[in-house]
Amino acid sequence: MKLYCLSGHPTLPCNVLKFKSTTIMLDCGLDMTSTLNFLPLPLVQSPRLSNLPGWSLKDGNAFLDKELKECSGHVFVDSVPEFCLPETELIDLSTVDVILISNYHCMMALPYITEHTGFTGTVYATEPTVQIGRLLMEELVNFIERVPKAQSASLWKNKDIQRLLPSPLKDAVEVSTWRRCYTMQEVNSALSKIQLVGYSQKIELFGAVQVTPLSSGYALGSSNWIIQSHYEKVSYVSGSSLLTTHPQPMDQASLKNSDVLVLTGLTQIPTANPDGMVGEFCSNLALTVRNGGNVLVPCYPSGVIYDLLECLYQYIDSAGLSNIPFYFISPVANSSLEFSQIFAEWLCHNKQTKVYLPEPPFPHAELIQTNKLKHYPSLHGDFSSDFRQPCVVFTGHPSLRFGDVVHFMELWGKSSLNTVIFTEPDFSYLEALAPYQPLAMKCIYCPIDTRLNFIQVSKLLKEVQPLHVVCPEQYTQPPPAQSHRMDLMIDCQPPAMSYRRAEVLALPFKRRYEKIEIMPEPPPRPTQPTGGKKRKRASDDIPDCKVLKPLLSGSIPVEQFVQALEKHGFSDIKVEDTAKGHIVLLQEAETLIQIEEDSTHIICDNDEMLRVRLRDLVLKFLQKF
Amino acid sequence: MDPECSQLLPALCSVLADPRQPVADDTCLEKLLDWFKTITEAGSSLLLLQENPCLLGLLCHVLKPQDLSPRVLSFSLRLAGMLAAQEDCFQYLQQGELLPRLFGEAGPLGGAAWTAPSVRSGWIQGLRSLARHPSALCFLADCGAVDTIFSLQGDSSLFVASAAGQLLVHILGLSLQGPAEGHPGLQTGDWPVCAQKIVSHIEESLRSAATPQITQALNVLTTTFGHCHDPWTQVLWGRLSPLVACLLEKDPVPAAHSLVDLLLSVARSPVLSSSSSGLWETLAQTLSHLSPTQAGPLALGILKLQECPQVLRAQAFAVLLQPLTCVLEATAQAPGLLDSLDGTGGASVTVDTLLPSKAACVGLLCRTLAHLELLQPLPQRPSPWPQAPLLGATVTILRLCSGSATPTSDAGGHLCAFLVGCVRVQRAALDFLGTLSQGTGPRELVTQVFAVLLEYLTSPDSSPTVLKKAFQATFRWLQSSPETPGCSDLDPHAHLFLRELLPVLPKRLCSPCWEVRDSGLEFLTQMIGRWGGQAGFRRALLASEVPELTEQLLRDPESYVRASAVAAMGQLSSQGLRVTPASPEHPGGQQKSLLAELLHILSTDSEGFPRRAVMHVFTQWLRDGHADVAGDTERFVARVLQVASQDLDWEVRAQGLELALVFLEQTLGRPSSHCPYAVTPPVAAPPSSLAQALRPLCRVQLFEFAFRALFDCDRPVAQKSCDLLLFLRAQTASYGGPQGSGSVPEVASVEAALQRWQAGDQGQPLGYLEPEVVVAVLRSMDLEGLRGALAESSDRVEKSPQSLLQDVLATVGALGEDEADCY
Repeated sequence: MKLYCLSGHPTLPCNVLKFKSTTIMLDCGLDMTSTLNFLPLPLVQSPRLSNLPGWSLKDGNAFLDKELKECSGHVFVDSVPEFCLPETELIDLSTVDVILISNYHCMMALPYITEHTGFTGTVYATEPTVQIGRLLMEELVNFIERVPKAQSASLWKNKDIQRLLPSPLKDAVEVSTWRRCYTMQEVNSALSKIQLVGYSQKIELFGAVQVTPLSSGYALGSSNWIIQSHYEKVSYVSGSSLLTTHPQPMDQASLKNSDVLVLTGLTQIPTANPDGMVGEFCSNLALTVRNGGNVLVPCYPSGVIYDLLECLYQYIDSAGLSNIPFYFISPVANSSLEFSQIFAEWLCHNKQTKVYLPEPPFPHAELIQTNKLKHYPSLHGDFSSDFRQPCVVFTGHPSLRFGDVVHFMELWGKSSLNTVIFTEPDFSYLEALAPYQPLAMKCIYCPIDTRLNFIQVSKLLKEVQPLHVVCPEQYTQPPPAQSHRMDLMIDCQPPAMSYRRAEVLALPFKRRYEKIEIMPEPPPRPTQPTGGKKRKRASDDIPDCKVLKPLLSGSIPVEQFVQALEKHGFSDIKVEDTAKGHIVLLQEAETLIQIEEDSTHIICDNDEMLRVRLRDLVLKFLQKF
Repeated sequence: MDPECSQLLPALCSVLADPRQPVADDTCLEKLLDWFKTITEAGSSLLLLQENPCLLGLLCHVLKPQDLSPRVLSFSLRLAGMLAAQEDCFQYLQQGELLPRLFGEAGPLGGAAWTAPSVRSGWIQGLRSLARHPSALCFLADCGAVDTIFSLQGDSSLFVASAAGQLLVHILGLSLQGPAEGHPGLQTGDWPVCAQKIVSHIEESLRSAATPQITQALNVLTTTFGHCHDPWTQVLWGRLSPLVACLLEKDPVPAAHSLVDLLLSVARSPVLSSSSSGLWETLAQTLSHLSPTQAGPLALGILKLQECPQVLRAQAFAVLLQPLTCVLEATAQAPGLLDSLDGTGGASVTVDTLLPSKAACVGLLCRTLAHLELLQPLPQRPSPWPQAPLLGATVTILRLCSGSATPTSDAGGHLCAFLVGCVRVQRAALDFLGTLSQGTGPRELVTQVFAVLLEYLTSPDSSPTVLKKAFQATFRWLQSSPETPGCSDLDPHAHLFLRELLPVLPKRLCSPCWEVRDSGLEFLTQMIGRWGGQAGFRRALLASEVPELTEQLLRDPESYVRASAVAAMGQLSSQGLRVTPASPEHPGGQQKSLLAELLHILSTDSEGFPRRAVMHVFTQWLRDGHADVAGDTERFVARVLQVASQDLDWEVRAQGLELALVFLEQTLGRPSSHCPYAVTPPVAAPPSSLAQALRPLCRVQLFEFAFRALFDCDRPVAQKSCDLLLFLRAQTASYGGPQGSGSVPEVASVEAALQRWQAGDQGQPLGYLEPEVVVAVLRSMDLEGLRGALAESSDRVEKSPQSLLQDVLATVGALGEDEADCY
C-alpha cells in the first residue's frame, strides 16, 4: 500500500492511495497562495496600479520591468494570476480510478486533473459539495475572466532569472508548473464526471475495496472517507469540525479500528479560538460602523459567511446596528444563500428541525426579507444605485487579487475610518495587503477556522485508536514561529508518519489475509480481452496462457546458486550483499540477478536466450506445486 | 405547653401511632421535634409526660410489632431520647423498662425496621440526646449500645456513619467528664470502662489495614480534639500518637486527608499543642511523606497556626510553594527568583514528578494559588513574604496559559502544553494576582504584571469569566500603584497602561457576549469612581469612545448590562464626563438629557435590575447635589417618588424610601453625612417653623409615598417606611410645641384613608396634605407598635405549634372524610 503525496499544503491536500490494485485520489485541492505574487486585477481601471514602476535588477537591468512591478518595497508579477497545481509527474494520473472529494474547498483543482491528465475514472462527492464547489469555481472563473488581461508573464519563471528576484518570488516553488485558471467549459466537464453519494453510502470499487463517506462536521456536505477491504481499513480524515456550527455533526465512531488514518485539513490557526474571533469580528465591525466607517469582509461565497451572518443577526440589535446595510456581493451570492436553505438533510439537527416548522434553517433569510442584507452579483448594476454608507460588504476573493474586493480596497483604503476584517484563514493577511500599501484603513485579522485543533485531534485519536497515523509534515512539529508550543503538534503513539509534497510513502502495514473464493471449476477464460478501463478485476490479471503456471516456493541459497552458475559456464561472478538480499553480477554478460526475500529479478540487456537460461537455473532451486 | 396544644396532642399521637394513617412529611415531624425540644429545654420533661400521657402511649405503641412507617419510629426514638435527657424523666422511663425496649436488642435494633437508614439515624440521635447524665452511661453499657455504635461507623448511609462517629465522641467526653477532670496525670487504665472500650476500639482501628476503619478512627479523634480541650485529651493523644505516627510509615499513607485533619486539629488544640513534644516532628514528617496534593492543605493549616516553630513554618511554606517553584524552574526564570522561593524545600522536585499530567498539574496549581490567596492577608503569613517570586510565578503561569511564554526547556514545553487555554488556572492565577496587588514588587515585575493583564484584556481568546477576573485584578493593581507625590493623579506608569487599556475597552463594550459587556461596564464604573476627578484620566477617557458607547448600552437587550450601563452613566455624569455630541456627524440635534433617559428607564424598563440601578444613581445624585438635580430638586424628587411608588419591584420602592430619606435630611437642614467630600447643594437656612420645614416634603408628596409604603405587602419596604416616619416624627419633635394640630376633620379623613390602605384598598390617593395634618397624623399613629409587628417574621402565625399540630391533623382528617365517603 502506497501513498503518493501530490500537494504539500496541509489543508488543500491531494494524495493518491494505491490499495489492493485500486488507485484512489484523495481530494484535489488547489493551492491559490501563488496568486499573492501577482498584482490585483482591478474591476475599474486603477491609475495607482497601472502606474506602478517596473522592477529592475540591482545592476539597473530593466528587462523584466514589463513583467514585474514594484509596490511599497514588494515585487509583483503583472499578469493573469496563476495557481500552483498538485504534482502531475509523480504518478501517471491517467491510472487514477476514482477521486474522493471531502469538501468543496478541496476540489478546486479538479478540472486540471480530470481534463488534462487522461483521467478516465469517476469522482465521488456529496451533493452540497458539488453544488457549492461549482459556485466557488464559477465565482473564480468569473472573477478572472471578466477582467481580461492581455499580458502573460513567463520570463520571470526562467530558473536562472528567478534566482535573481527578491523574496518571495525567489523562493516560490515549481513556478514552471503554475497554471492559469480553467474555463467554465472545463469546470462543467469536470463536474459531469462526479457521481453523487450520501453519508454512509457504501460504494464498491471493482469488488476489491469499498469506500464510504462520513459526515465531517466542517461544511455543508463535507465528508471523511473510509476505504476498506475485508481485512484492512484506511480512514481519510480531511477538514473536520467538532464545533456546533451549521453542518451535520462529525461521525467519529465509524473511524474506529482503522489500520491507517490519513489526517489532513486541521485548523490553520490553532491558536485562535473561533468563538473569540467571532466576538472580535463583531466588536470591530460595530466600532467601525459607529464611527461612520465602512467594513469590508473579504470572504468566500459559502461556509463561514453563513455563521457570520447568523451571529450578526443576533448581534446587530444589541449593538444598535439595525440601520446599517449589509451587502453580499458575488456572482454566486444569490445561489449560495438559497442553496444553504435547501440542503436541510445536510444540516445540524437544530437547523433540520426548523425546516419542519416550517422556517428557513438560516436566519439570513430574515435579514434579506427585512432588507438588512442585500446581495448583488457584482458592484455594477443595481448595487451602485442602492449603495449607502456606512455599510458592511462581504465579497471575494479573500486573496485580494481579483473579484469585487479589489475595487473596495482601492475605494476605502485611503480612509482610516474604514476597516477590512479578514476572516478566511487561507491567506496571510499581510501578504494579501502588500500591493495596497500604503494603506490608511484599519486591518483586523480574525481568522475563523472551525476545523479540528490539536487538542481535539488528540482526543479523537485516543478515541478511534488507529494503528498508524499519516499526516502532512507540518503537523508533526510545532509551528516555526512558536517552536515552544509542543501542544501545537500531533502527539500519538506510534509517532505519526509524515509526508511532504512529491513524496511516496509505503504505508506501514502488511496485508496478511485475503478473502478468496475457491470454485470447483477452473474459471472460464474470458472470451474477449477487456479494454484498458475497468481492468483491475482479479481475473483480468490472468495472462493469456493456456496452462496455468505452477506456484513456486522456497528460497535460493546464494552459494549453491553461484556454483550452479559456474557449472553452466559463467565465470566472472561477483556477489554483493544488499539490505534486502543479494545481487549476483555477471560482469561479462552485463547481467544482474537480484535475489530478495520475496522476489527475484533477472535484468539482462535484451538477451532473451540468456534470461531464459538464467530463469531455468533459478527455478531449479524452487519447489513447484 | 399551652392548653390548645395539649388538647390537640392526643389526636396527634393516635394519628402517628396508626399505621394506616399517612404520616405527614418529614419536615412536619422535624418541626414537631423542634417544638418538643424547646418545651423540654424550658421545663420539666417528667411533668410533660405526666400531663400528656398520650406521649408515653405513643412510645409504648411503636414497640408493638406492626407495620409502622420508619419515619414515625425514628421520630419516637428521637423523642424518647429528648425526654430522657433529664435524669428524673430518664428514671421514670426506666421504671417502665421503656428505654431498653426502645434502644436495646429487643427494640427496632433487631427488627426489620432497622434496614431503614432513618430508623438507624433516629436511634443514634435518640441516644445522643439521652446521653447527658451518668445514669445514661450505665444504661448504654448495660444495653450494649456502644458496640452497635462501633458497627454503625461503617454504615452504608453517610449520615448514619457520621452521626455514629459523633456519638462516640460525645460518649467519650461524657464518660470522662467526672472522673478524669482535674487529673491530667490520670492514665487511661484508670478511665471508666466505657471510655476504655472506645479508646481500645480506636486503637484497633488505627492498627487495621483497612483504610475505611483508619479513617473512622481518625475522624473520631479529630472531632474529639476539635471540640474538647479538657486535660484528658492530652492523655488520650499521648497514648494514640505513636499509632498515628505509624501510619506515616506506610506507603502510601492511608486516609491522608483525615490524617491531615487530625494533625491540624491537634495542633490547634491549646492543650495538646503546648504539651505534646512530638507533635511538631510528626507534622514535619507528615509534610515530607504526603504527596504534594495531600500536603497542600496541611501546609496551609500549619501556616495558619498562631503558634508554631519557625522551622516547621518554613518547611510548610516550601511545600506550599513547590508547584510554583517548579513552574519557575521549568521556565528558566532568573535564579534570584528561584532562591527565595526554594527556601528550605530541600531536594527540588521536578515538573515530571510534581506536575505529571494535565489534570494533576491544573488541580495542584489551582489549589496552590487558592491556598496562597487565603494566606496572603493573614497576619501570621510567613515573613518575609516572597512577593517578587510569587509575582514572577503568577505572571509566568498566566503567560503559559495564554501561550505567550516561551519556555526553553522540555519541562517548560510540557507545562505550556498542559496549561495553554486552561480557564481554571487562569481564573485562579488572576485572583491571586489581584491579591498580590496589596504588596509591592520590583519595578520590572510590576511592568510585567500590567503587560500580562493587558494581554488578557486584549486577547480575543479570554473567556468571559477570565476577562472579568482580569478586569478585577487590573483595578486592584491600578489602585495600588503608587501615586505621584504631591498629586493625587495616577502614577505615570499606570497612565501609560491606561492609555493602552482605553482602546481595548470600547471593543469589550461592543462584545457580542453580554457578560463581557457587563464586566467592562463594571470596571469602568469602578475606574470613574476612583479617578474620575483626575485630569489625566479624564482627558484619556474623553478622548476615547467609551462614554458614548456606555450611553448606547443603556438600550442593551440584556437587563444586567443595562443596569451596569445605568450605574456607569450615573458615575460619568456625576464626574461631568458625559459627552454631549453636537457635531454634524450626529444629527438628531437635541439630545435627551440623561435624567430624562434614566427616568424613562425607571418607568418603562421591563426588568428590575436597570430600574434598581436608576434608583441608586438618583439617590447618589441627590446626595451629591448633581447639577441636573440641584436645579429643581423638588420636581425631581416628586417625579421619582411617583414613578417608584408604582414599581412592582420592592427593591425599587425600598430604594425610593432611601431617596426620600436623603431629601428629608437635606430639607430639614441636616447635612448629609454619607459623603463628606461631595458638593452639597446650598441648603436654605434652617426653616423657622415646622410647617415651613415640612412644606417641601408635602409638595413632593413624600408622605403619600411613605404612607403607601408603610402598608406595603413586602415587609422590608414597610419596615423602612416605618423607620423613616419614626425619624421624621423625632425630627418634628425637635421643633418643639404642638404646632398646628391641623383641622380635626381633615386629620380624621386621612386616618380613615390610611385605615383603608392598611386593609388593602390603596386605590384612593391622599392628595396634597398640609404639614399640620401630617404632624397630627404622625403623632396619632402607633408607629412603634407597627414596627414591632413588622419585626416579627411574617410567618409567625403559621409557625405556631398549634398551627403545626392542626396542619398534621388536617392532612389526616381529610383522609378520614374520604374513608367515610367510601363506606
